[in-house]
Amino acid sequence: MAKGIWVYVEQRDGKVKKVTYELLSGGRKIADALGEELCAVLPGKGVAGLAAELGEYGADKVFVLESDSLENYTTDGYANAVADLAKQNDPTAILMGCTVTGRDLAAQVAQKLGTGLMTDCTEMALENGQLVFTRPIYAGKAFVKASCPEARPAMATIRPNIIAIEKAAKSAEVVSAAANTGDIRQAVKDIALQISSRPELTEADIIVSGGRGMKGPENFAILEELADVLGAAVGASRAAVDAGWVTHSFQVGQTGKTVSPVVYIACGISGAIQHLAGMSTSKCIVAVNKDPEANIFKVADYGIVGDLFEVVPLLKEEFKKILA
Amino acid sequence: MKIVVCMKQTFDTEAKIAVDANGKINKQGVSLIMNPYDEFAVEEALKIKEKSSGEVTVVTVAGPEGQDALRQALAMGADKAVLVDPGMDEIDEFTTASILAKAISEMEYDVLLGGFRAIDDGSAQVAGRVAEILGIPVVNVVTKLEIADGKAVATSEIEGGSQTVEVALPAMFTAQKGLNEPRYPSMKGIMQAKKKPMEKKALGDLGLDAGQVAPKVKAISYFLPSARAAGKIIPGEPADAARDLVKALREEAKVV
Repeated sequence: MAKGIWVYVEQRDGKVKKVTYELLSGGRKIADALGEELCAVLPGKGVAGLAAELGEYGADKVFVLESDSLENYTTDGYANAVADLAKQNDPTAILMGCTVTGRDLAAQVAQKLGTGLMTDCTEMALENGQLVFTRPIYAGKAFVKASCPEARPAMATIRPNIIAIEKAAKSAEVVSAAANTGDIRQAVKDIALQISSRPELTEADIIVSGGRGMKGPENFAILEELADVLGAAVGASRAAVDAGWVTHSFQVGQTGKTVSPVVYIACGISGAIQHLAGMSTSKCIVAVNKDPEANIFKVADYGIVGDLFEVVPLLKEEFKKILA
Repeated sequence: MKIVVCMKQTFDTEAKIAVDANGKINKQGVSLIMNPYDEFAVEEALKIKEKSSGEVTVVTVAGPEGQDALRQALAMGADKAVLVDPGMDEIDEFTTASILAKAISEMEYDVLLGGFRAIDDGSAQVAGRVAEILGIPVVNVVTKLEIADGKAVATSEIEGGSQTVEVALPAMFTAQKGLNEPRYPSMKGIMQAKKKPMEKKALGDLGLDAGQVAPKVKAISYFLPSARAAGKIIPGEPADAARDLVKALREEAKVV
């Protein structure tokens, strides 16, 4: 019989991604309710040192899959190692963050295990002993509640920034497991990371985002200055990306990134349905737009009708005062 | 070079979504388009074909209405199309991938392409599953693809940057925005598309039965998001409004 709630630990260069702690916090409650263990699955090279900190976020057990061939993430290497471990231990569920890597890995592991996968979930709960996930479809215009009733493990990727992190101060049992990476067919030739002092869009607590109202690429500087005061990430609407003012990696919306920060500050963004699809699960939405009829005000918690070139620098000064 | 593109017809990005009396998503009257990410995949297939000669086959798992998206791909320049109608009420990504893989396994292929996700289910897992079933490698969210000497060098998006990987063919690649600019079908292309082969198959034609491809995931209920209530417009001169807004975020919303 399947047992154990598993959380895939996403790390890069020895740093655990925040979504992993979120999954451990959420997984802890599910594991307690089912009376099962919460296990962290940690593949990589030279990552064993991270095991202790995973216990602090609730893991009962950490499976460490150490291998030289897991130094860089590859679809084959990671999927083979994780699926092989799952085959040997038969978990109830495997949770991963809905990141670029998590999405890639989850699909391969699910197919290797012949099981179901629910992606980009915004809620998970136990209903009559069954793990039930809620996920957006049609870019957030509707939701479906679904489960994987028979096949095990039930698999899901969970949207970052949805589950509140809670520390549990456990000391996790560390289990070194064999990493069967198999034949790795993707040879990594080059990794180019954009060097930025700002948080990643999908992980940021605060996002300052600009749209058509920014009028040009040079004006994003005022958003960056506000973002720096707030420790925020900078995003953009499709209009700003299509105009070539910022690259697609900044885009929030149906054909860009889906974000769920605590505060989303939309500057000069009209609020097209395709943009709202990417940010409507933000906890607090702030809009600055000179058009009082702009759609964005229909979803914003707070709005200022005004010229963003005047308002944004003033906001920066006000935030500076309270955050000093 | 034999290229196969997995594609899907989806609702229009501007479509309004409603739940019908049976609690399912109401698909009546919603205008349908080719999944935008699949357009990148079709365009890339055509570019590879133009460079190295070959043949582009587009394949979808859908009801009869899925022909429209296939037709569009044919009008863009694909050579033939295959539609497999599962004839099942409930399907999931396991179902779709199992059917696609079976259909593709009967074809010759060097390169498989697909959109990295569909804008309706947004699950981004079918292409990866197809690759897994066929036993070929996958590279997801590709923004640049170079094919030469039986190998591919693909640049793909990763968290906070990009990476370049090399794989031997055959392999599956999923397209991300930025890979190319999809062409519009020409008038001539649209006329020619009408004469290109469009094969329609049922599960039985592939030697499959519904039990073998039964979904692993079951939908329990569909619902619309609760509308976000419109909030407060902070009045006043810009300086006053900015001060009051920051105060509200700290004291009322308690978010900064």
